[in-house]
Amino acid sequence: MEQKKLAIIATKGTLDWAYPPFILASTAAALDYAVEIFFTFYGLQLVRKDLSVLKVSPLGNPGMPMKMPFGPKWFRGINWNVPNAIQALVPGYESLATVLMKKTIANNGVATVADLRMMCQEADVKFLACQMTVELFGFEHSDFIDGIDYVGAASFFAFAGDSDICLYL
Amino acid sequence: MNFDKELDAKGLNCPLPILRCKKSLAELTTGQILKIVATDPGAIKDFEAFAKQTGNELLSSAQNGSEFTFFMKKK
Repeated sequence: MEQKKLAIIATKGTLDWAYPPFILASTAAALDYAVEIFFTFYGLQLVRKDLSVLKVSPLGNPGMPMKMPFGPKWFRGINWNVPNAIQALVPGYESLATVLMKKTIANNGVATVADLRMMCQEADVKFLACQMTVELFGFEHSDFIDGIDYVGAASFFAFAGDSDICLYL
Repeated sequence: MNFDKELDAKGLNCPLPILRCKKSLAELTTGQILKIVATDPGAIKDFEAFAKQTGNELLSSAQNGSEFTFFMKKK
């Protein structure tokens, strides 16, 4: 049987949206797929050497539950419905939300983004970065981890064109 | 059941049990058996799907309280 192929375009650069591309890519690799991820626009943040740039913002995100990852069960169950106007005004609100989300991730036995990314690389998931957006955002290649090919859209299609699954995330 | 290697995936969440399983299988030879213990409630369906797609044989899966035990034979 010919090896299946998964092509992913990763466009988002926040802590929450770092998960789908790396989870799907590492799992597909474990299922013997050949996998390529094309990181473009804000998705470039996912291949930075320094992943502490990844944050999560509950601002303007009504789908995100705001629950505390500590304390007694009744306390953890509360959804802190803070109005957008207040979220926007409180300094450090985003950093606080990021700290809480990282704690929740650890509590639930969910891998860190760095671990999942490393597992992708160990499983030979190929990382492509969009050279145009690297320049657009003023990044240097030295801002990114090793093992990345800097290419344009045409190179992505060389693989994605005959992939079995192609996802835009 | 006899087994050649044991993987403790307790407390790990999706997709870690599958990724660790893949890694552990790589250290075995064809026909050898891997025992996996997991607590992820999605593990039963996921290990079935993993076996189906990779050709490794899921010999058994059992639930004991919140723990799941699998025996997988390497392709």
